[in-house]
Amino acid sequence: MSQHPQQIASIIAIHQDRPGALLPMLHAIQDATGFIPPESIAQIASALNLSSAEVHGVISFYHYFRISAPAPHQIQICCAEACQSMGADRLMQHATAVNSTDFSVHPVYCLGLCANSPAMMIDEQLHARVTTEKFAKLISGLRSAS
Amino acid sequence: MSFTIFVPADSAALALGADDVASAIRDEAARRNITVTLVRNGSRGMLWLEPMIEVQTAKGRLAYGPVEAADVTTLFDADFISGGAHPLCLGLTEELAYLKNQQRLTFARVGITDPLSLEDYLAHDGYKGLRSALTMKPAAIVQQVTESGLRGRGGAAFPTGIKWQTVLKAEASQKYIVCNADEGDSGTFADRMLMEGDPFTLIEGMTIAALAVGATQGYLYVRSEYPHAIRVLNKAILLARAAGYLGEDILNSGKTFELEVRKAAGAYVCGEETAMLESIEGRRGIVRAKPPLPAIEGLFGQPTVINNVISLASVPVILDKGAAYYKDYGMGRSRGTLPFQLAGNIKQGGLIEKAFGVTLRELLYDYGGGSYTGRAIKAVQVGGPLGAYLPESQWDTPMDYEAYTALWAVLGHGGIVAHDDTADMAKLARYAMEFCAIESCGKCTPCRIGAVRGVEVMDKIIAGQTAQLTLLEDLCDTMLHGSMCAMGGMTPYPVLSALKHFPQDFRQPLPNPLPKGEGTIALSPSGGKLDKGESLCESHINQNAGEQHA
Repeated sequence: MSQHPQQIASIIAIHQDRPGALLPMLHAIQDATGFIPPESIAQIASALNLSSAEVHGVISFYHYFRISAPAPHQIQICCAEACQSMGADRLMQHATAVNSTDFSVHPVYCLGLCANSPAMMIDEQLHARVTTEKFAKLISGLRSAS
Repeated sequence: MSFTIFVPADSAALALGADDVASAIRDEAARRNITVTLVRNGSRGMLWLEPMIEVQTAKGRLAYGPVEAADVTTLFDADFISGGAHPLCLGLTEELAYLKNQQRLTFARVGITDPLSLEDYLAHDGYKGLRSALTMKPAAIVQQVTESGLRGRGGAAFPTGIKWQTVLKAEASQKYIVCNADEGDSGTFADRMLMEGDPFTLIEGMTIAALAVGATQGYLYVRSEYPHAIRVLNKAILLARAAGYLGEDILNSGKTFELEVRKAAGAYVCGEETAMLESIEGRRGIVRAKPPLPAIEGLFGQPTVINNVISLASVPVILDKGAAYYKDYGMGRSRGTLPFQLAGNIKQGGLIEKAFGVTLRELLYDYGGGSYTGRAIKAVQVGGPLGAYLPESQWDTPMDYEAYTALWAVLGHGGIVAHDDTADMAKLARYAMEFCAIESCGKCTPCRIGAVRGVEVMDKIIAGQTAQLTLLEDLCDTMLHGSMCAMGGMTPYPVLSALKHFPQDFRQPLPNPLPKGEGTIALSPSGGKLDKGESLCESHINQNAGEQHA
């Protein structure tokens, strides 16, 4: 299913000689294709003289990396203490109750907007002081866009 | 006539619509045939007023906020570009009490300059520290930093000069400077604000560190949750290199220093310095055993200086104005200033850079104005998710590393999260364990299994099985003394402090839930916070050493 084998090969070639190449390489692949196709793992491993198990181990260790195609939009809701003190739990419950194929909702532990909680990020767009009304408005924007 | 308008591009301002405000200003100015120069500055740190825009007037910069795009027409109607009256006008920025009463050394330029204008940076004393360092021998630079009393601002508070001295003395063909910008603690945003608002200061600080220890390569390890900071840093590095401040032959000195941003990937434990090194090297972020210390065998096995963003960004002012100038601020062994971050359920949250010695009550009420909800503040967590919860009886203690240690609390990276009286402390204690279970690297048993057991035990306590409290204390004791780093070793801080100070929330009052010797033993002499990574394990080692001496 890998629709990007050539693209991935060129990304590997760009990064493979850097010191500590694996994370920059994984970031570049995920930025380009939206995720790290499982069938690219052997290719990455071979370029870096690692075992596939090692590469898989790194991918699965970090919350940021994923190995399947994501929903069109990623919503990250901060669930850490500062946002909890301003009702992040309610926002998270509200958000996960909305069923949609347009986006998926994930918890994140701190977006650095702790003085303007609760906070969330849609793709790379940050939003602060998010009420359930503001959330509804933001996701209706996503739906009309996609 | 051209008018200069400042609209912050800090993440907090962007999250509240600053880009919309900026484009509304451009459109409205074009409609009215007015020439305006828009500067996208960093934030002044009065975050409840964001987006806070400023206009340059003859008397100084005038602030308006919080501004929404819909306010722009009425602002132009009121001739705000010439300082006209408007309900959103806050007065001269420099005269606002929140800002005026601060002591901004590290954040001197943040919010004032254009973060990506090297010209602006130089016009505001930028690169004076580096120019001074270039005239000095490495040992003399290290001496200045040691004499300033600067301690690691990531939380472990290890003396920066001593760390540099170790790396300077180490013999190696390659040494590294690593900046830990994995600011993962809830309630902290000082690193982010500095990287977005004054990136050249950090680059300058790292360059001085490189000159001091003889390093030629630096890495900035920045969280993936900070995309704006990463963009700004990458642009700033290119600008600095193009102008001869980075790369080969820095300012014709014959010295080389290359710098590269490495994007993290969402693992909190990578804020622990050895886990961070593993991550930069391309592996899972698993904590390394120490010794060897990273100063001796760090990145790729070479001597490495690892410092937090704020530590490194405090170096230029020390080299420019001298160690004595910096050391004059503060109290006891806590010298200089700390950028406190006021967050959570607070009316006026933001960044307050003050000398050590200020009290929590001053910050919460004189600056913060009390809770956002208007209810009583019940508990305040200082120092991130691994920091203790402080009840009101402790809010008058001066904020200093040692004074907080005596309270069995930590200053950490200066993050302060307020909770109002609706907070359930048992739930927050459970969350502390849950967070540790999610983020543990898994290398040591007390952390990996202890955190999971901690969640189970907390669930039983919340369900009314108060006999489990004894088990919780035993478990915390094991985590505290048996964990390899601060992740497991400090998770008991929020848990046990919540239990000690708010026993009613755990259903049953307990006389003394803290470990034996509380109040007499320096559990963590330097305080600690995992994600800023200045030697948390060092802190833990010191902690054990402290107990042996006691």
